[in-house]
This record gives sequence, C-alpha cells and structure tokens, in this order.
Amino acid sequence: MSILRCENLVMRFGGVTAVDDFSPHVDPGEIVAVIGPNGAGKTTAFNMITGVYKPASGRVFLEQDGQVTMRDITGMRPDRVAALGIARTFQNIRLFKSQTVLENVLIACHVRVRSGLFGAEISWPRYYLEERAMRERAMALLERVGLQDAAGEMATSLPYGKQRRLEIARALATQPKLLLLDEPAAGMNPKETEDLTRFVYDLRGQMNLAVLMIEHHMQIVMDISDRIYVLDYGRTIAQGTAAAVQANPAVIEAYLGVEEA
Amino acid sequence: MAEKKFTGVAARMTPRRGRDLTLSCAAIAAILLFTHFAMQGFILDAYLVRILNMCATYAILGLSMNLVNGFTGLFSLGQAGFMAVGAYVTTILFLSPEAKGALFYLKPMEPFLQAIQLPFWLSLLVAGLVSALAAFLIGFPCLRLRGDYLAIATLGFSEIIRVLFTNMQTVTNGAVGLKGIPPVVNLWWSFGIMALVIVFIRRLMRTSYGRAFKAIRDDEVAAESMGISLFKHKMMSFVLSGFIAGLGGGLIASIVGSINPLQFRFILSYDILMIVVLGGMGSVSGTVVAAFLITAAKEWLRWLDNGFSLGLFRVPAIAGMRMVVFSVLLMLVILFYRQGLSGGKEFSWQALIDFLGKPARRDLKREEGGKKT
Repeated sequence: MSILRCENLVMRFGGVTAVDDFSPHVDPGEIVAVIGPNGAGKTTAFNMITGVYKPASGRVFLEQDGQVTMRDITGMRPDRVAALGIARTFQNIRLFKSQTVLENVLIACHVRVRSGLFGAEISWPRYYLEERAMRERAMALLERVGLQDAAGEMATSLPYGKQRRLEIARALATQPKLLLLDEPAAGMNPKETEDLTRFVYDLRGQMNLAVLMIEHHMQIVMDISDRIYVLDYGRTIAQGTAAAVQANPAVIEAYLGVEEA
Repeated sequence: MAEKKFTGVAARMTPRRGRDLTLSCAAIAAILLFTHFAMQGFILDAYLVRILNMCATYAILGLSMNLVNGFTGLFSLGQAGFMAVGAYVTTILFLSPEAKGALFYLKPMEPFLQAIQLPFWLSLLVAGLVSALAAFLIGFPCLRLRGDYLAIATLGFSEIIRVLFTNMQTVTNGAVGLKGIPPVVNLWWSFGIMALVIVFIRRLMRTSYGRAFKAIRDDEVAAESMGISLFKHKMMSFVLSGFIAGLGGGLIASIVGSINPLQFRFILSYDILMIVVLGGMGSVSGTVVAAFLITAAKEWLRWLDNGFSLGLFRVPAIAGMRMVVFSVLLMLVILFYRQGLSGGKEFSWQALIDFLGKPARRDLKREEGGKKT
C-alpha cells in the first residue's frame, strides 16, 4: 500500500491551470522525484499535498497508522498535515531567522508536545521529560546533518549549504512518514550535492522514510530516485524509472525543444 | 583521583553563573529593602510612591502588549479595551455595597452586582479572567486577520468595549464613572505583580510554546508547515496578554482612585505601544526599563506644559506640550535604534559589566599607550 496517493490533482490560478490531473503516489521506503522545467507546477503540487493550497479538484490520501484505509487529507490545514506525518522543506529557505540552529529544530519538535501551556510554564514533570527528550532528539538530528557544533549559532549566520541541511533536520524533527524536499540541492556546489545525495539515500534506509523531491540536478535524480514524474505546463508527460524517463521522447522534447523540420 | 561529579543545580554552576546569581540576589534584596523602607515613608513621599506604582503598572501593561506584539509578531492595539475590562471588574467587585449605592445616583445598580464584595486580590484575579475571556471572544474573529487589518480590528473592538461601558448605566455607572476606589495598591502589590509577570513571560519564552510563538513571528508559513497551529497559538498569546492587561487595569483603578470610560480611549493603547517600541519588541527587560523611563519622564516633564522661556521668546502654556518630547524621541528611536533601547536583547550582568567597564578599559589603554611613547 502507498504512503501517499494523490488522485487527479488540479490547481488553477485565474485562467492558468498550474497543475492539471497530477496523480502521484509514493510507496513505503521509496524515493520519488518530480522534475520538469521552470513553471511546470512542481511546487504547486507540493503546496496542494501539504495543505497550503486547496486543490480545485482531486484528492490527497495519506496512510494511517495501523489501518487499512487511507485518510483523505485534501485541503487540510498545513499544521494538521504536518501532525499527520508529512514534513517539507522550502525552495527558498525559510528558517526562523531570530532563532538559533538548535531552536529551529526544537520548534519543529513542538508538534509532538503533549503537555499543555501551563504544564510547560511550571515545568511539570511530564513536560520536563518531554523537553529533555526533545533536546536530545534535536541534537541527534543536528549530528546527523553535521551541524552539532553550530547548535548555538544563529540560523541565518550559517552558510547556504548548511542552512539547507538545517531545513532538512528541522523537517525530520516533526517525525514524518513522508519527507517532501523542494529543490534540496539548489545553489549547492558539486561536493555538497554529492553529500546530500548520500544523505537522502541513507535517510531512507535508516529512518524508514519515504521521500518525494523536486530537483533540477539530474545527477541526484538519476542516482537515487526509484521513480520519476515529469511535469510540463502542469501536465504529467512521463513517469517511470530513471532509465525509462530518460529515453522518453516527450521528456527530451520538453527539456531540449523539438527540432524544426 | 577522580573528580567529584556534581549533579542537578551544582553541575550547571560555572563561575560566571555563580557571580550572576549572587548579583541577582543582591539586586533583589536591595529592591526588597528599598520597598520596605519606602513603605514606611522614610525615603519617598506619597507622590513618588504613586509614580513608582504607575511605573510598575505600565511595565505590566507593556509586557502584556509585548507578549502579543513583540514575541508573537501580531500587531494588536486592543490593550486599552482589556484594561477597561480589568479596571471596571476590579472596581465593581471590590467596592462596598454602600459605596456603590452612593455612586449610582442616576440609576440604581443591578442588585446582584451591588451586593457583591470581594477582597482585592480576588477582584483582581476575576478581573484578569474576565479580561482573558474578552480577549478570547475578540480573538475569534480578529486573529484570522493579518498585519494592519488585525490592528484596525482590535482597535475597533477596544472602542466597542469603551462605548458599551459608557452605555451600561446600571452596571458601570455610564459616563459618570466610578469613584472612591480605596488605594490598596502599594509598592508590594505593583512590584510584586510586575515581578510575577516578568518571571511568567521569561519562563514562557523558554518553553516549547514560547518558541512556537517566536516561530510564528519569524515566519508564519514555515511555522504552520512545521505543525504549529497558527490560530491556536495566536489565541494563547492573545488570551494571556488579555489576562495580564486586565491585572494592569485593575491596579490602575486602585492607584488612580477613580475610573470613567474616557480614560480608556485608544490613545492609551498607543502610550503602551510607545513603551514596547522604545524598550524593544520582544525584550522583557527593555519593556520594563522603558516603562519606568517614560512614566517617570511624563511626570518630570510637566514643567513643559506650563510654558517656558527659550531666551528670545516665551513658549506659552500648552497642555500636552510634553508629549511632543515623546513623539520626537519615538521618531529618533525608530530612525536610529530600530530594535529599541535594549536592541532586542535581554538584560545580563555580563553586558552591564562590559558596558560599565568600557570607559575604564579605554583609560587603561590610553595609559599604556602613553607609557610607550
């Protein structure tokens, strides 16, 4: 059974159909990539899945723990979607600017906090334990992305590549089943890109996580994704394994243009 | 030999922490001693005590506004309304039935409200709760708005509260207001509640909920995507702020001794906003310092209202002339110190020592330089 299943997602902005009849699904442990030229509707699709946009039509289903049926999460508020287990990063980095690296990750842990406001205020034992567990988890995540030494620094003082990694750590702190990465390698140098590829690949193995990512770096996409969806002007023009997509004439046409006869 | 392992508080005790703790204890002891002697009438006369009471109360109000505007990043201007609720509820619950009977000469008071009389602390607590309830009800429609729209809506609601109070003759005595509120608020009350509010907000901002508030301030979209319910957390912040503002309103009622709806015009919200902006959005210590400076300066600058000579010509007496000073000050701060006097930081002993040590070190350097030549 899939973790995420979308059925015929459509999004319109005024007269423009940004996404037309997009039906991706992600199976447990899969890394799925969404590629396409600029303006193809990839980020719009992410926004529909995470509840930032309400789709004009179509449905989004998410796996429920211990149940056979899937849960319809179409049009749910982003915070509810995050609580149900979809975490995301942003194309243009959106860290909490006045917070430290550690606090950025702790904020994402907040969604799993069970204690109430007043329990937290008086440091009630339950909250005290939660806070301690939260800090341990946050530090462990920072260690995973190699930022443990920068925990006390301001998030915005980090170099670009590290900010991207911090965003991934922050997304992981919400304890997701499915991780959506919006252009994780944008602006990274080849070395950083390679590290990221390995990191995402390991993540799937170690954290029992499915990944859906938008990416322009073909190297990453071809190296680690199990399946690929290709969008162009909102339509799905191809899907399948890396090799199949690469050989597809429609994809070559969308990326390179068609030769004039 | 293995070094002895410390646990608990001792484990976290570094020399710097130890020094800060000692200094903090000394400062608190000094304030307590000062309050004790001031209460006996040794150091301060009644006028100065009253000003200090006002300073502390404005600090409480500034903190309540800072919680919403500074820490949660919402632009709310409803403080005057919540203060009005707090002031009226405190007064109605606290005044004796006879006093209320004498005050309501136009129309008699609701018998149930007239009969009720509670001790001051309980009146104040109920006032805070009713104020929080008002914030909850106002928050429902308003907190779905963003930025300037929220400011306009909360401003409108605070005016609605005031107009309601003007017209609820049998409950609030209408435009005549309520007088003769016993001056039970002394320095222990005002400074005690201020200290409680400071500790509450400082602690809150270190909890997971406080971090969520700050996350909403920094980036609503990212916060929501990380699972923080915007409405729920904005509401928490707004209701807590309403509660604290209600306490402040209740204290003011007792300090001033009389209340009427005109005291709670929206201008009052701006006065508090000025404290928050001058002190620094999102800084507890900045707000407290600014509240004391501004409230004291407002009294001290009274001579400006009486007219003064500028050498060549005389400035005539204009009521409210001193407010010009604050307008200029506010403009300067916004132009040159965007983050307010505190720079958005919190007070620390280290920063104070560095600040005080700066001139000394400079002198030392100059001396050394002098020796070389």
